[in-house]
Amino acid sequence: MNRELLTFPKGGIHPPEHKEISEHLQIERMPIPAEVDILLQQHFGAPCSPLVKKKDIVNEGDVIGTVSAGLGASVHASVTGTVKNIGTSPHPTSVKAPSITILTDTQAQPRTYGPADWKAMPRDEMLSRIKEAGIVGIGGAGFPTHVKLAPPPAAKVDTLLLNGAECEPYLTTDHRLMLESPGDVVGGASIILRILGINECKIGIEANKPAAIDAMEKAVKEASSNGQRISVVPLKVKYPQGSEKQLIQSLTGRKVPGFGLPFDVSVIVQNVGTAKAVYDAVCLAKPLYEKVVTISGKGISRPANLLVRIGTRLKDIVEYLGGTKNGLAKVVMGGPMMGFAIPTLDVPVMKTTSGVLFLTEDEIDLSPHGHCIRCGWCLDACPMGLSPNEIGVYVEAGRAEDTSQFGLFECFECGCCAFVCPARRPLVQFIRLAKMKAKK
Amino acid sequence: MNSETRQAIWNVSVSPHIRRGVSVERIMWTVSASLMPPLILSVFIFGIQTLLITFVSVASCVAAEAVSQKLLHRPVTIRDGSAVVTGLLLAYIVPPGVPFWMPILGAVMSIYVAKHLLGGIGFNIFNPALIGRAFLVATFPVAMTSAWLIPIRDLSIFKYVGSGVDAVSTATPLYVLKHYGMAGLTERFGSTLKMYGDFFLGWQPGSIGETSALFLILGGLYLLYKGYITWHVPVSIIVTAGFLTWVFGGERYFTGDPILSVISGGLILGAIYMATDYVTSPTQPSAKLIFGAGIGVLTVLIRLKGGYPEGICYAILLMNPLAPALETWFRPKRFAPPKGAMK
Repeated sequence: MNRELLTFPKGGIHPPEHKEISEHLQIERMPIPAEVDILLQQHFGAPCSPLVKKKDIVNEGDVIGTVSAGLGASVHASVTGTVKNIGTSPHPTSVKAPSITILTDTQAQPRTYGPADWKAMPRDEMLSRIKEAGIVGIGGAGFPTHVKLAPPPAAKVDTLLLNGAECEPYLTTDHRLMLESPGDVVGGASIILRILGINECKIGIEANKPAAIDAMEKAVKEASSNGQRISVVPLKVKYPQGSEKQLIQSLTGRKVPGFGLPFDVSVIVQNVGTAKAVYDAVCLAKPLYEKVVTISGKGISRPANLLVRIGTRLKDIVEYLGGTKNGLAKVVMGGPMMGFAIPTLDVPVMKTTSGVLFLTEDEIDLSPHGHCIRCGWCLDACPMGLSPNEIGVYVEAGRAEDTSQFGLFECFECGCCAFVCPARRPLVQFIRLAKMKAKK
Repeated sequence: MNSETRQAIWNVSVSPHIRRGVSVERIMWTVSASLMPPLILSVFIFGIQTLLITFVSVASCVAAEAVSQKLLHRPVTIRDGSAVVTGLLLAYIVPPGVPFWMPILGAVMSIYVAKHLLGGIGFNIFNPALIGRAFLVATFPVAMTSAWLIPIRDLSIFKYVGSGVDAVSTATPLYVLKHYGMAGLTERFGSTLKMYGDFFLGWQPGSIGETSALFLILGGLYLLYKGYITWHVPVSIIVTAGFLTWVFGGERYFTGDPILSVISGGLILGAIYMATDYVTSPTQPSAKLIFGAGIGVLTVLIRLKGGYPEGICYAILLMNPLAPALETWFRPKRFAPPKGAMK
C-alpha cells in the first residue's frame, strides 16, 4: 500500500500486536451452551427491567428485558429455553449485576431470518428496528445506537465514521468481521447514512489488516452507491487509533473539544461491528444476541474467533476450547490496554465484549512499582496532552482533589502512560482514584 | 458462584495489562554500559588507577544506598542500578590523581545526603554525583583542583601507580587558558589542530571520565537512539557555551575558540550525562532548551569571570532547582481542553 497513512499527531504508542495468534482463524460458531446469563445492563444508561418470570418459556430473539424510561437498550433471549432464575451474575466491572438465567432447550430449532428490502423502508421504521434489536455501540461503552443515530437537530452531522481500527493488541474480532462479512458492514453503513440523511462515510482501518482493507474496498465497490460516498481509509498502526477523538482527528482533522461529543464537530462514529448489527437488525429484523469474541493469549489451549450467544459464560468457552494452560496469570475481558481483569470465569459474554484474553506470566509484568523518576515519557505518550505523572504524584500525596488542573476528566484511560512508565506506576489506577475523589 | 472455578487465583490489577518492558533498571544499566568506553579509555590515558578509583566510587555508592535505605526504613533498591550510575559519574568527575579512598566520602554525600535525605529516587533536587563532587572540592580543595595527570602516550598504564600527587600534577587546558591565554595553551599542548585532535580523542589533562568527547558523544548517541535522552539539553548547553565563548572568550570580542571550549573540561560529560538526569531536569522540549541554555550561560560565566577554570558542575547545580519551576511553566499542549478549563 503506497498511500500515505493518516494518523493523529499527538502521543500514542506501539505495543506488540500479538494479532498473529488469532487473525488467521475463521469465525467459528460455538455450540449453544446449556445455560446462559443475560445481564440486564449491557449498555450505557439505565438497567433493564425483566419482562419474564421464573419458569417462563422464551424463544431465541424474544425481548426479555427493557428500559421503560431513560436511556437504554432492550435485552433478548439468546437461546430458546426456560427462565431458570432472575437473580445476579458476576459482572466484569460491577462485581455482581442483575441477570436472567435461561436453561437451554436442546431440542429447539434455530430461528431463521429472511432479508427485507430496506431501501424502501422509511427512516423511522429503520430506527425502531434498531431500537427493538437492542443495538448498542459494541466497540466500547455500549451507548444505545438508536439514540446516537437520532442526534439533536442542531447538530449538523455531515460525516459518518466507521471504526475498524481495532488498535487494541490481540483482538481480531473486527478484523475477521470485515474480512468475512464486508458486505454486511458496508450495508450497515449505507443504512446509517440513510437514517442520518447524509452521504459521506469513511471507514478507518489500521494498515496492519491489509486483507480486511481489500475486502472492505471490494464490498464498497460492489455496493450500489445511490449517491453515497463510502470510502475505506487505511490508518497508521498506532495505539489508540481507534479511540473516538483520535479516530475523528485522523480521518477528518477535526478535534472534539473536552467534554464534547462527536456531533459537536459534525460527525458520528460507529464501530464496524455495530454497523453489521445495524444491518442484521434493519435488513433481517434480527436482534443483537450473538457476538464475535476473540479468545486469545498464551494461556488458552486453542485461540479462536468465536461467534457466541450473549450470556455464554466464559467457563463454557474455556471448556469448548480445551481449557486453560499452565502459567495463566490474568484473565482480561476486552483488550490488554483497556480491558478489565476478571476474578472468575462465571462472567457472561455481553454485547460489548470484544475479546477475552488469557494472559500468562510472561505476557504481563506484575513487578511492584517505584517512585516517579520524572522521565516524562508518559507526557510524550498521552494522546490528550495530560500529565499522568503529576496526577500520580498528587494522588500518592493525598491531594487527588487538586488534579483537575492536569486535565483529569479529559483522560479516557487508554493506558499509554502506564504502558511506557519505566517505574511501572499504575497511572490509570491513580487517575481513576483521582476521578472518584475529585467528583465528590 | 461456582466453587470449583474460584480456586484459581489470578491477578486483577487495573489496565493496562501489558507494559513496554523498559524499566528504570534497564535504563540505568544501559546508561552504565554506555559509560564503559570512556572508563576503559581512561586506563590508557591516565593509568590503571582510574579503574580502582571508579570501582571504589561505585561500590561505595551502592553500599551507601543500601545503608541509607536501611537507616531510613525504606525498601532497599540497589538493584535498580541508579547508585551505580551515580558512582560512575562521581568517579568520572574527580581528577585521576586523587587518593583512591576519596570517592567514599563523595559517595556518602551524594547518596545519603543529596539523594536519600531528600526522599530517594525521584525526589532529589540536585544531581547527586555533582553534589558529591562539590563536597569534595570544598573539603579537599588541593587534591580536587591539582591532582591532574599528564596523559600517557606509551601504554605505560602503571606509570602513576603509587606515586604522590605533587610529583606528577599538571594543569588542565582550561586552567592554562584562564591564566596564560591562548599563547600559553599552544605552548603547552601544541598547535590548535593538534589540540583539537588530542582533546577530542581524550588525551588531555582532566577528570577521569570527562576527557574523551568522542566516546562520550558516541555514548550519548546510543542513549538518543534508545530514546532514553533527547537532544534538547545537550545541544542547548553546547551551542550556548560554544557561542558565548566565541563572543566573550577571546582577547577581543568574537575571537574565542568555541571548539576548544566544548571539548576541554567537563562540558560534554555534563551536557550528555548529568544535565539530562530525569529527576533534576524538566520534561518539555522548550523547557529543556531553556534549562540547557541556562547551564551554558552559567558555565561560561564561571569559566570566564569566576574563580574556577571550569564551571559546568556548578552551572548544572544552579539550574537543577529551577527544573520544577520550568516544569510548571511549560506544560504539554492539551488535545482540546474544554472552554474555560484550568490550564
